[in-house]
Amino acid sequence: MTALLETRGLKAFYGDFQALFGVDISVAEGETIAIIGANGAGKTTLMRAISGVLASDPDAILCRGEPIGALAAPDVLASGIAMVPEGRRLFPSLTVEENLLIGAYSRKVGPTWTLESVYELFPVLRERRSNPATALSGGQQQMVAIGRALLSNPDLLLCDEISLGLAPVVVRDIYAAFPRIRASGASIVIVEQDIGQALKVASRVYCMMEGRITLCGRSSELNRDQIHAAYFGAERHGLH
Amino acid sequence: MSIAIPSFKVETGTRASSFSALIGAAVLVLAVAVPFLVPRGAVQDLFFILTMLVLAQSWNLLAGYAGLISVGQQVFVGFGAYTMFGAVILFGIDPIVATLIAGLFAALLAVPTALFTFRLYGPYFAIGTWVVAEVVRLLLAQWKALGGGTGTSLPREATRDMAGVGLLRDHFGMKAAEASDALTYWLALVLAAATIGLIYRLLRSKQGLGLAAVRDNEQAARAVGVDARRMKALVYLTTAFLTGLAGALIYVQKARISPDAAFSVTDWTAYVIFIVVIGGIGTIEGPIVGVILFFLLQNLLSDYGSWYLLMLGLVGILIMLFAPRGLWGAFSDRTGIQLFPVRRMLVGDPLAHTPKGGPHG
Amino acid sequence: MGFIDTIVQGVLLGGLYALFAAGLSLVFGIMRLVNLAHGDLIVLAAFLLLVLVTGLGVHPFLAAVVAAPLMFGAGWSLQYVLLNRTLGKDVLPPLLVTFGLSIVIQNSLLEGFSADSRRISAGVLETASIGFGPVTVGFMPLMGFLSAVAVIVGLNLLIYRSAIGRAFRATSDDTVTAGLMGIRPQRIFAMATGIAMVVVTIAALYLGTRANFDPTAGPARLIYAFEAVIIGGLGSLWGTLAGGVILGVAQSLGAAVNPEWQILAGHLAFLAVLLIKPRGLFPRAVD
Repeated sequence: MTALLETRGLKAFYGDFQALFGVDISVAEGETIAIIGANGAGKTTLMRAISGVLASDPDAILCRGEPIGALAAPDVLASGIAMVPEGRRLFPSLTVEENLLIGAYSRKVGPTWTLESVYELFPVLRERRSNPATALSGGQQQMVAIGRALLSNPDLLLCDEISLGLAPVVVRDIYAAFPRIRASGASIVIVEQDIGQALKVASRVYCMMEGRITLCGRSSELNRDQIHAAYFGAERHGLH
Repeated sequence: MSIAIPSFKVETGTRASSFSALIGAAVLVLAVAVPFLVPRGAVQDLFFILTMLVLAQSWNLLAGYAGLISVGQQVFVGFGAYTMFGAVILFGIDPIVATLIAGLFAALLAVPTALFTFRLYGPYFAIGTWVVAEVVRLLLAQWKALGGGTGTSLPREATRDMAGVGLLRDHFGMKAAEASDALTYWLALVLAAATIGLIYRLLRSKQGLGLAAVRDNEQAARAVGVDARRMKALVYLTTAFLTGLAGALIYVQKARISPDAAFSVTDWTAYVIFIVVIGGIGTIEGPIVGVILFFLLQNLLSDYGSWYLLMLGLVGILIMLFAPRGLWGAFSDRTGIQLFPVRRMLVGDPLAHTPKGGPHG
Repeated sequence: MGFIDTIVQGVLLGGLYALFAAGLSLVFGIMRLVNLAHGDLIVLAAFLLLVLVTGLGVHPFLAAVVAAPLMFGAGWSLQYVLLNRTLGKDVLPPLLVTFGLSIVIQNSLLEGFSADSRRISAGVLETASIGFGPVTVGFMPLMGFLSAVAVIVGLNLLIYRSAIGRAFRATSDDTVTAGLMGIRPQRIFAMATGIAMVVVTIAALYLGTRANFDPTAGPARLIYAFEAVIIGGLGSLWGTLAGGVILGVAQSLGAAVNPEWQILAGHLAFLAVLLIKPRGLFPRAVD
């Protein structure tokens, strides 16, 4: 069976600086995976490459076996991959509701997600629908960013560092929505620095370090030392 | 254990630049002798080239180095020219002295002008400078003593009795008209050489480094202590002074002025921008290449009137799109040759001085 | 009554200036591009109308209906093919390319139509006027002003009430994230310039029927448009209308004192506003 998303030897560059050195990951239909790693490990670069913000080789990224590596962001979205970008990146000139609606700008057929169902998922947004998006709290803004991505009815949702800078209780509220997102049939990739949170949500985990995958396995089967080694690197592990 | 300190040197010179200094000196000597060697028409052509070069170098400094894109530099040409006319006609001052006064007045005018235009952001600054030029043009068109909207001429005796003309007439047997052409030509030569020298020195100085920093990233430059506003204001005043001098000099030679001609956006800004863009913006060599090319085109094609201008516009657009660093930029990228090197280069190899093994050992 | 009449004529003239300015303001708001050929595009549209009116013998209003989609297409292509290539961090390329474009348009028009000044005949409407108590206003100037109001209402509805308007604002905020939403910024920019050219056509209709124009009339229109935008404050279309009116009234008052001072009075009003309120009279909070 072909994976929903697969990367094969994915490399990425910022000018002359190489940020990814041959990354291989795969996501099956309906699966939730997590990508963990320290700051600068290349997680966000990986998300930017998959979503089409950074160009890569056509065959380095496949969606249901089709090469999408060279596609621009709007075309990647059209093939069913939506992104919740790091730092939320809401549009400050738009209200909460307009931010959500912009997610449906070029929606595919089959409206699993509507404004109404997003408001059911995050009821607080309904109350604040007419506020400027930037007037919301960090957690609420994150909800808008997730709802905005859902309104494109994605097959795959990429969530880049959605718990960054949020209080634990707020993070819990946001992750509480994940079972319903999964129930809609979407696969999910979460990028997390919080290993505990990642292991709880995802069935499989990839760990990245310095632009490479250093560990991959089922969340239930990985032990603490393995993750620690993959996260911080083997040599430095000994220094601690 | 000792740490070897890598020995770096910061250099801006290249081999081509010392060579070009020699060539430059030879060209300068030859250029000084020109009025004795060639007919009067050629002297006038060279005068035109030199004055356009001054305008182009000034605009290049302003736009290419300080990032202040003005489409209103004609205000300083026109104001300089009118100041010179005013000084000659109303006060009987010698045209050459009046030209110097005109440069100063143009710089003075830049103060209130900057007060308005510096309030406008980037692209709007451009149109703001244009409005200011229109305002000054309309105001001067009201000045009846200098001919109002129709303009006026310099009195014939003013240029004939210019300082130095008599000397040339007596010692070299030149006719008055010939002598005044030679004189204005020499002044243009001095002005062009001084302008290039001034800009070259400015760009190689600490201020020049600050200027480059401001152009590349104003906020970052401010963060490391470069006073961006002051730098820009300084460049704006300097270019106003140079442009005013050139404007006055041009009109000493033309000897007839009108507001529409002296404040012409085509003659003093569009052509100048074309020269800089085609030659290579942000380089000193660019305007030199550009002005020569422009002069050739002007002579070959200016009879075609609006077709000629249309073509200049199209060529400018194409250069901007496909070779944004202009002809000189493309040449320099390919050959590495710089005649006026202002980029700083680190000379010395850090690895040659460190013991083997990377920093992480 | 002369004074009130002067003010009223100035207000109506201001409507025309607001029409000149609305397209400039729209394009700047969305892509931070200042099109130095904006005035020449207005004049180009006026010549297009002239050709349609004289060639097909249709009424100028009908000619504008025909010309608007043509100008939309021209604007769309101009942006998509040429101007999009110049957009980026550096403000120099778009300015210089549009400056070159201004020269190209002016001289093409000079070649095609000579330097003679022209006028588009609006037939009987040209002399028609309506009396409001002591003041009589011409039908065409009044229509021009009402059109300016209609254009601004229309653009505000488009920007704040439609899906394309949301995409405009989102792209203006953040083009990268807009791309993640499926928005193609290049097409959004092309669409914005296309719409600006429709407004330019409407402006050209009233420019051409109100007074004489010639191929070199563009730069002055650009300057009036720019002054209206700055007086009103960036980012607010109603501010632009107010800016146009202030400029129109200033010119009208100047002309009443001495016809030679019309343009100068407008510029001086602009400079005064710039000195006292550099961000314009009605600026939007951010920008």
